[in-house]
Amino acid sequence: MNRRQFLGWGCLGAAAPLAGGRAAASEASGAASDNARGVLVDTTECVGCRKCEWACNREHHLTDEPLESYEDTSVFEQARRMDTAAYTVVNRFDNARNPERPIFMKVQCMHCVKPACVSACLVGALRKQDAGAVTYEGWKCIGCRYCMVACPFEVPAYEYDNALTPLVRKCSLCFERTQREGESPACVAMCPPMALTFGRRSDLLALAREKIAAHPDRYIDHVYGEHEAGGTSWLYLAERSFATLGFPTIGDAPVQELAETIQHSVFKFGLPPLMVLGALGLFMKAFDEAGKDAVRKPAASGEESAV
Amino acid sequence: MTTHLEFAPLERGMSRTTNRVLLVIGAVGVVAILYRFLFGLGAATNLSNQYPWGVWKAISVAAAVALATGGFTMAALVHVFHRRAYEPLARLALLIGVLGYTFGAASLAVDIGRYYNIWHPAWPTMWQGNSVLFEVAMCIMSYLMILYVEFTPVICERYAGRVALPGGLARWNGAVEALLRAAERLTGRVLSVLLLVGIVLSCMHHSSLGALMLVAPHKMHPFWYTPVLPLLFLLSVLAAGFAVVILVSILTARGAGRRPDLPALSSLSLYVLVFLAVYLVARISDLLIREVHLHLTAGGVEPLWLLIELLPGGLLPLLLLGSARVRNTPALLGWACGLVGFGVLMNRVNVFVVAYRSAYAATRYTPGVFELLTIAGMLAIFTIAFRYAVATLPILPKTAETLSMVSDTADEGAGEPGDAAPEGVRECAHA
Ligand code: SF4
Ligand code: SF4
Ligand code: SF4
Repeated sequence: MNRRQFLGWGCLGAAAPLAGGRAAASEASGAASDNARGVLVDTTECVGCRKCEWACNREHHLTDEPLESYEDTSVFEQARRMDTAAYTVVNRFDNARNPERPIFMKVQCMHCVKPACVSACLVGALRKQDAGAVTYEGWKCIGCRYCMVACPFEVPAYEYDNALTPLVRKCSLCFERTQREGESPACVAMCPPMALTFGRRSDLLALAREKIAAHPDRYIDHVYGEHEAGGTSWLYLAERSFATLGFPTIGDAPVQELAETIQHSVFKFGLPPLMVLGALGLFMKAFDEAGKDAVRKPAASGEESAV
Repeated sequence: MTTHLEFAPLERGMSRTTNRVLLVIGAVGVVAILYRFLFGLGAATNLSNQYPWGVWKAISVAAAVALATGGFTMAALVHVFHRRAYEPLARLALLIGVLGYTFGAASLAVDIGRYYNIWHPAWPTMWQGNSVLFEVAMCIMSYLMILYVEFTPVICERYAGRVALPGGLARWNGAVEALLRAAERLTGRVLSVLLLVGIVLSCMHHSSLGALMLVAPHKMHPFWYTPVLPLLFLLSVLAAGFAVVILVSILTARGAGRRPDLPALSSLSLYVLVFLAVYLVARISDLLIREVHLHLTAGGVEPLWLLIELLPGGLLPLLLLGSARVRNTPALLGWACGLVGFGVLMNRVNVFVVAYRSAYAATRYTPGVFELLTIAGMLAIFTIAFRYAVATLPILPKTAETLSMVSDTADEGAGEPGDAAPEGVRECAHA
């Protein structure tokens, strides 16, 4: 839906409460804090070694397999997505301009600046940390999977096969590890060609812009994640359009904005519901008095008008 | 009928054959539910990381509460707007609400992964006011409690003064008696306020249910993604709630060998007609304003699903209800109201399942056999509960015109709470 269509609803009175709630919605989600850190992925540097996958799996106890087993490139034959046993995966894309050098895209949770999953979670199990990471507390989770519906990047995975204590699984930006001074996420620390850079989001954006300015032939002029869905902590540089590299084309507004706006305008301070309640009470009284005589007459209900 | 309205349990039980069939379906459903709890959602459903919500959310939760709306719309009609003519239907509508919402809550417990945490949204330290689902959960939970309170007087009326527990439990008779009396006094005092709160809560959670999928603009097909979805949800339940009350009332009368209260039902069907018209005008003008009707020729399955929702589930019942002959013929009226419920059911399936598209999954979600068996089984169990309730509790008005000549062995349906499957109407076509 575009803005014009959206405003077209003004005549039905829908836009008025929506506009009123705009401030509330942005206040609720918070902006990127100065401390927020993220990762810049220079996909032109990535060689598809899958060492980040191994490092991530080992860090999160998802694998016992040796590093060598990750040298298997047959996995690239099919596009993969994250799941409960892999919080990050690398996919390969053919490169028509340079067939010798395919393009590799590492994917994981984007750690949105205004995460839809956090907005969606009804018990606050998902949380946006000041440090940038979107973290998850399993003991709160009820397993409704609304976060998965909400995430525009289709990131969270669910332990469907666990009958008793299933959890939502996704990249944590190695939150605990990076709380320690000087530590970067496991995948970043492992990456041999330095395709991954961990740092303050604002610094990473500046670095990305520098790279684009220095090598306009090497990169398209688009830092994916700078604005997408309100901005993300993971930022990407690439040599061709992200739509051709398995990344969704998403507008600049956080996807949950409309829902949050409606929610807040209708329910802020509980005022509108209270007004409806009051009105109903008045009706109840008014109709009671008006109906006193009518009630005594036997109701010829078949004739009664419905409007 | 207006001033001395009395309710009473049915004098005769309903068909045993039907009960047996329902029991078998219910037992199969219980097995399916056990399977889910033992082996997990992965084994029992076709859900995936790309399609996290399926028919349990769409049908067992969203559609069930939508079709059980009669409880609140009837409360508004009878107790706020004092349309006394409908009072004979009030308790039936309330029972539909109680059972339909319990059905929804029970189904939710089956669907969520950590069902034992289902109370978490109500715990203040975990409140998360930005979440649309939080709002839905809180309103449905509180409204369910209110429904139970509203229903308490019906139980008190039946048992207060004649508590007679069997055998060794008999010594508790006095205590239960006192409890019932206390409950009667207490609910009597708060009932009118709770009625109003219940109406407000209903408006809130029905519109919020419509806001749920608004968080996923990129995944939703434009037919069903509109900023007015909350409003459409609310309008649609106003029509569906009364329609289900009418349908269930006709089926119950048929099953109990009574004459349906046609004057009340056909005049109530005018409300269905008006609300359905308002809903369809809003729904269709929304499609036209956003110019998404152009997608009708785009291919894919979505246009078909939209047409099923809007033609047999919308325009057809609108035309039917527009005719006085239909409104005054129980069988036809039942069919028309069944179609209204069917349209709203289809709308919820479309919004929560058909409209949702993952960019990454190779195949779309289709419900698994355990998912469908669970729904069928739960429906059967709740239908049994409904039949039991009208047979033992004062739900239906006391009437002298019970048609005792209807044979006791005849096999008749008694209506399906929370559902308006048009198949069920076939039985009353022989009426
Ligand atoms: S990418 Fe998805 S899961 Fe990750 S923070 Fe954003 S909305 Fe949440
Ligand atoms: S599945 Fe868990 S984390 Fe996700 S929205 Fe539901 S309660 Fe929150
Ligand atoms: S940041 Fe940590 S959790 Fe996320 S992909 Fe890298 S290693 Fe895995």
